[in-house]
Amino acid sequence: MDFGIVELSRLQFAMTAMYHFLFVPLTLGLSIIVAIMETVYVMTNRPIWRQMTKFWATLFGINFVLGVATGITMEFQFGMNWSYYSHYVGDIFGAPLAIEGLMAFFMEATFVGLMFFGWEKLSPVKHLVVTWLVAIGSNFSALWILIANGWMQNPVGSEFNPLTMRMEMTSFFDVVFNPVAQAKFVHTVSAGYVTAAVFVLGVSSWYMLKGRHFELARRSIAVAASFGLASALSVVILGDESGYETTHNQKMKLAAMEAMWDTEPAPASFTLFGIPDQQARETKYAIHIPWVMGLIGTRSLTDQIEGINDLVKGSEERIRNGIVAYDDLLKIHEAKGDVTPEVKAQFEANAGDLGYAYLLKRYVDDPRQATDAQIKMAADDTVPTVWPIFWSFRLMVALGFSFIALMIYFFVIANWKGMQYPRWALRMAVIVIPAPWIAAELGWFTAEFGRQPWTVDGVLPTALSVSHLSVGDLLVTLAGFVAFYTVLFIIEMGLMIKYIKKGPYQDVEITQEWQTRHENRLAGRKNDPLVTMPAE
Amino acid sequence: MILYELFSFDFLRVVWWILLGVLLIGFALTDGFDMGVGALLPFVGKTDVERRVAINTIGPVWEGNQVWFILGGGAIFAAWPPLYAVSFSGFYLAMFLILAALILRPVGFKYRSKRDSAAWRNGWDWALFVGGAVPALVFGVAVGNVLQGVPFELNDMLMPLYPGNFIMKLLGLLNPYALLAGVVSLSMLMMHGAAWLTLKTEGPVQERARAIGSVAGMVAFVTYILAGIWLAFGIKGYQITSVVPANGPSNPLFSTVEHGGSWMQAYADRPWIAIAPILGLAGIALATMGLRAGKEVSTLLWSKLGIFGVISSVGLTMFPFILPSSKQPDASLTVWDSSSSHQTLFVMLVCALIFMPIILAYTAWVYKVLWGKVTVEDVERDSHSVY
Repeated sequence: MDFGIVELSRLQFAMTAMYHFLFVPLTLGLSIIVAIMETVYVMTNRPIWRQMTKFWATLFGINFVLGVATGITMEFQFGMNWSYYSHYVGDIFGAPLAIEGLMAFFMEATFVGLMFFGWEKLSPVKHLVVTWLVAIGSNFSALWILIANGWMQNPVGSEFNPLTMRMEMTSFFDVVFNPVAQAKFVHTVSAGYVTAAVFVLGVSSWYMLKGRHFELARRSIAVAASFGLASALSVVILGDESGYETTHNQKMKLAAMEAMWDTEPAPASFTLFGIPDQQARETKYAIHIPWVMGLIGTRSLTDQIEGINDLVKGSEERIRNGIVAYDDLLKIHEAKGDVTPEVKAQFEANAGDLGYAYLLKRYVDDPRQATDAQIKMAADDTVPTVWPIFWSFRLMVALGFSFIALMIYFFVIANWKGMQYPRWALRMAVIVIPAPWIAAELGWFTAEFGRQPWTVDGVLPTALSVSHLSVGDLLVTLAGFVAFYTVLFIIEMGLMIKYIKKGPYQDVEITQEWQTRHENRLAGRKNDPLVTMPAE
Repeated sequence: MILYELFSFDFLRVVWWILLGVLLIGFALTDGFDMGVGALLPFVGKTDVERRVAINTIGPVWEGNQVWFILGGGAIFAAWPPLYAVSFSGFYLAMFLILAALILRPVGFKYRSKRDSAAWRNGWDWALFVGGAVPALVFGVAVGNVLQGVPFELNDMLMPLYPGNFIMKLLGLLNPYALLAGVVSLSMLMMHGAAWLTLKTEGPVQERARAIGSVAGMVAFVTYILAGIWLAFGIKGYQITSVVPANGPSNPLFSTVEHGGSWMQAYADRPWIAIAPILGLAGIALATMGLRAGKEVSTLLWSKLGIFGVISSVGLTMFPFILPSSKQPDASLTVWDSSSSHQTLFVMLVCALIFMPIILAYTAWVYKVLWGKVTVEDVERDSHSVY
């Protein structure tokens, strides 16, 4: 196993996925905000809402296209860089990806064209339906990709088949209704909604500071604050649900997030601050809040949360079982399944730990030849590097709570204080625009880095999942992606800023023409010159 | 009884082999004209507004069309995991080239007309050209290589390996036969793009599209015949030499394969498959004549028929092989040993049967709404909202 290839493949995946995830949260949320605005437009017939819809839709489009473009890479990258992973779990993992295409991608991509090109070709209600279908399609795609990801965190509904040397699906229902996936889905889309709400709030606040497009800005702030408040609360609540699921399914990840080296008597305390030391297996300068961790993690006063040291002991045990399974697997495979029932039964008893034997492949080609020292090293490998997880998790949570505060503040002023926003609050809203992206990336990092050393928790180690490429292959594509994506990012930001500065095509004061045009459309007077004029 | 045993394993495998073909053909028929228009763009449009007309004929639909490609990837992953694992990593740098070209395309469509500078727009026009021409060529090159067999191995853990230097592997893909297949694919999709432009435009753009398209059609016709003759006399086929349990586990190493004989044996065994190349040639010939005669709707339909015939001829000739290995023939992937499990194939078939009709229905509705020609006036009038 060439470790350079593993590290380069991980770097490439992390880079392309995190880059893709710069665009996805805004797509998820802004699609819904645009649809809400258009709904108000269709219900009230007031041109300002149409103007808002079209303005935010333009920014949505600039962002959407890069989400689509970088998503192409994601769909094929498993096969390109993670070919053993693809072989090993494709029977389960491929299904949600294909359903994502069938159910979500086709819907959003087919209708997004009409959303931009169909204003003059569709009635207002039909166009509204199209906009909602784009929003629903985008959100469905998040559902299916998180079902796929949820299975990597908590591989339910599947078992290992020794004849095909891979995991195979035993229950589609279990895979779809994986509690980890469901909690992650709502947590992730809510985070997308918060991202879009902060974006709309920030851009509108900037207009207010500049004294431009006041009618558009104040209404947009009202929409963003209400939508954002509900979403910010949902992110935290479902984040807690996600954490609770982690307690049961990914004990090591939870212990790493909390830098909990030793099992504490229940209910465990929460470490607010500390500097985790991986070597010494202790957290220095720790500030503890008693009971909190036990309550959040187990929702009880008596259940224990296992610490890292105890979990490592458990891993060592599972590695030894895994070696037995590995030995039986080779016998079964060699005989093409024609072995005694005893061998089969023994394999099945230990098959759940087969992945742990694969952890040894880093040190020895044949896990059966592993020494005690190597088993010990492999067991230690099941601990991810703690400090990045510990800190990215805390930062994400802090940001999550600060979004609630921000949204409450704007929500109150929008509804009860006559929209008299103080300048400092508007300035703050502009400054925090990047914050939800940071929180989203930190959340992604916590979930995926915390899953290490596995690609599929307890089933397949990351080091074994890669394609047998050469370092040259990987350097070419890594350099290519970095250069290519950097250029695209600069272009995207340039266009985004250009179109924000430009603002909506017309301000509301001169939209009487629109009103006439709208009424003509409703009356079906297609040949009225106002139906197709003026250019917006 | 377990629900998924409603259909036997071998039946589901054949169904998914057909669906794999449906997806590839669906991709070529829809996104194919997008790629064709991209490859024709610098030549059919001499002025900015002419190029915008060409771009706006595909502007509202390319995004949906491209999903055929993405779904193709997802469906191969779900239904043929070993194929997904071996092919995309085996064609690693070629895949990277396709991805880079395909990423350029959406960005080019969306961003090209968002600034007024001529240099900006000209730059994106060439990006759109690359985004159309490169994948169209590389897909053909890939098919040419698959017909010759791909140098991969499977070890005893079924881990795909590809010995050799990465630069040499990329250059190895660019052998003469594969390049010929690349020309077939590029010229065929250019013909298809021209047929689309003939239907959706008028005036100089349409005239140039017809002129270039009919040349492309003739090139496709001749190179397809040449590729067929070369395949019959210059390229060894693959045969399964062991008994194949069509309902057996998906493990390629459980059967033995010989690299020898001729692919054309398939036409002796199953003479009816000759209909595929005949349809391919007829479709291309009729589309070429239609382009010359200035027919609009029928030309596009003939072009679709030609593409359908050409792609299905490859699949039917190779059946049951999907991805033969030249390095370790026993590792070759076939319909019988490289699918998903029985249950996954069943679940995915149910999903496809539910969603495919819905997708086809709303796609048809969108095309209906957008029916009609894109004119210079359209582009100038809606300058802000179109590409």
